[in-house]
Amino acid sequence: MTAGGDTAIRARGLTKRFGELTAVDALDLDVPRARIYGFLGPNGSGKSTTIRMLCGLLTPTAGEARVLGIDLPADARELKPRIGYMTQRFSLYAELSVLENLEFIADVYAVARRTRQARIDELLERYAFTDRRRQLAGTLSGGQRQRLALACAVLHKPELLLLDEPTSAVDPKSRRDFWADLFELANAGTTILVSTHYMDEAERCHRLAILDRGRKVADGTPAELQRSTGMHVIEVLADDAVAAQHALVGDARIASVTQLGVRLRVLLPEALDAPVALVEQRLGDAGIDAEVRPVTPSLEDVFVAVTLPQSDRIAA
Amino acid sequence: MNALIRLLAVMRKEFLQLRRDRITFGMIVGIPVIQILLFGYAINFDVRNLEAAVADQANSHLSRQYLDALAQTQVVRIAHRADTPEALEDMLRRGEISVGIYVPAGFDRRLADPLRPAAHLLVDGADPTILGIVNRLRAMPFATDGTTATILPAAFEVRPYYNPEGRTAVNVVPGLIGIILTLTMMLFTAVAIVREREHGNLELLINTPVSTTQLMVGKIVPYILIGLVQLALIVAVGKLLFDVPVRGSLADLYVAAAAFIAANLALGLFLSTIAASQFQAMQLTFFILLPSILLSGFVFPFDGMPAFARWIGEVLPTTHFIRMTRGIMLREASVAELWPELVALLVFALLALTLAVRRFSRRLD
Ligand SMILES: Nc1ncnc2c1ncn2[C@@H]1O[C@H](COP(=O)(O)OP(=O)(O)OP(=O)(O)O)[C@@H](O)[C@H]1O
Ligand SMILES: [Mg+2]
Repeated sequence: MTAGGDTAIRARGLTKRFGELTAVDALDLDVPRARIYGFLGPNGSGKSTTIRMLCGLLTPTAGEARVLGIDLPADARELKPRIGYMTQRFSLYAELSVLENLEFIADVYAVARRTRQARIDELLERYAFTDRRRQLAGTLSGGQRQRLALACAVLHKPELLLLDEPTSAVDPKSRRDFWADLFELANAGTTILVSTHYMDEAERCHRLAILDRGRKVADGTPAELQRSTGMHVIEVLADDAVAAQHALVGDARIASVTQLGVRLRVLLPEALDAPVALVEQRLGDAGIDAEVRPVTPSLEDVFVAVTLPQSDRIAA
Repeated sequence: MNALIRLLAVMRKEFLQLRRDRITFGMIVGIPVIQILLFGYAINFDVRNLEAAVADQANSHLSRQYLDALAQTQVVRIAHRADTPEALEDMLRRGEISVGIYVPAGFDRRLADPLRPAAHLLVDGADPTILGIVNRLRAMPFATDGTTATILPAAFEVRPYYNPEGRTAVNVVPGLIGIILTLTMMLFTAVAIVREREHGNLELLINTPVSTTQLMVGKIVPYILIGLVQLALIVAVGKLLFDVPVRGSLADLYVAAAAFIAANLALGLFLSTIAASQFQAMQLTFFILLPSILLSGFVFPFDGMPAFARWIGEVLPTTHFIRMTRGIMLREASVAELWPELVALLVFALLALTLAVRRFSRRLD
């Protein structure tokens, strides 16, 4: 509707410092409308801080952000009715029941009287709270709380949803339902920015940004990111995976070794010519019998590759 | 319209939270009732039954009459006998008695001599209240010492001054209303914002379209009603147990109280925007509460305080409210007559609320 066209969020050089610490460092961000945009990154990489700046809760130290055509932080007030924000920490009222929380949120967003009850009933049904409507929010399980928080965040049908780790305590089945809901919202035109630690969720996003220590280290569709890891990914299948891991970690050319059950995933810089031979040779020297083969990078490989500690990357 | 819906939503939420918080809910009734019982019975500025010992070396008809008169004032209770003034001093030092009465051998003769004291009262002067009371007591025999036959009427003359029961409670309860409301009202709101911050509710709340004013006013209104309920409790208990009258109009008292409650709630909210934790909020509350008790005229007569203390007192809402409650309850004054106090409270409430709204940050940094 307002300037910005199909970009819901546009940030340039967005920076937040807390004293000495630079929590978010010169972040550029373009989130297209009606898409699900994922935020990945290790703990403390600045995901929550960025989301808070994008809804006007934190004032950026530097840089600018335009959300739904509104300049932040100057006009943050105008933005409030148009966004839904789900905090990482449960922030509804523990002493209020499920229904009372929904009613409170509905009133605070001034949802029209005519549609209020219908909308609340619809959400109670959709998020499986019909039988628990009288239960106090404080007594809900972790996953139930997150579902309630999401219900409250979408209640007023916002144009933009900012979800900070909305499914960290949700079981796999509910997570699937949850994402089905997100897609439905996105298809209906809602822009969704969601932070997560789950790779399967990251894979479902239309686009992703990976943050590491406040910097954006990757940005693109999941497929693009998988294509451009800058790493060879080698899978090693060994009887003694632990011994194989020991044989490999000593080598400075090997960026990372991760054990997944009996298999190892080994990352080597793309610049290396014969990564399979190198791995086979290391294992051979150690007298370990193993099956070695190159594989296409998964999103988790991408994540590991771009968030490697600085020292490892220099070695690579 | 939307503004009203939002305001009502905040008020409803506060009520619901309060109803589910059993302890706080209990405090609404418990604090005023317990406090008034405690203060009403324990704070007794009428000094009565001070433990006394007598060393009556005269042991004459007159001296016995004199001691009887003293005993009848009920200020002292003659519980011990001693032989010498030195023995009285010992008992005083050991804390066994508060007053020692020494009647020297020449008591009858000395009574006729206005220049020399007929008897001695030895007092534990460390306690100014006791000293003050006993000082007045000392004047008793001298007031009527012309003819020895009229010593007894002197006892009557003393009585109204020490108006045994009523007087303290009558004076204390109107002030006590102010103190109790200050404590409960300020505590309720001082923790209000901080609690939402600590529980994480604030991060969500300040991201909704609810305005700061709606939030603040919505938090205050429910507690005004609670404050008025507390007032009713205190007045009722004061009437039933201590026979404290409401000579003026009850409606006037409620008007004064509503303004006073609003002032305290607004002050509490302001403190809440300063405090970083509930603990800090409580410390700030007590920081205000102490001068409210000591400098509001509740304990010491306001006009008797040094100018500096009076200045502080004038700033405190409790001072103005106590003036009104005493006026309305005891002197049958109307709220209209006491308008400067009412205006002071309203100005205070508005100022504190404005400051709270101003200080309240809709950001996390
Ligand atoms: N108010 C604050 N004051 C000081 N430091 C802060 C503040 N808020 C966040 N930080 C710091 O900023 C960094 C980024 O924090 P942030 O919460 O954005 O990380 P995150 O990516 O959301 O992490 P997680 O995955 O654990 O939720 C952290 O190092 C954190 O300690
Ligand atoms: Mg976070």
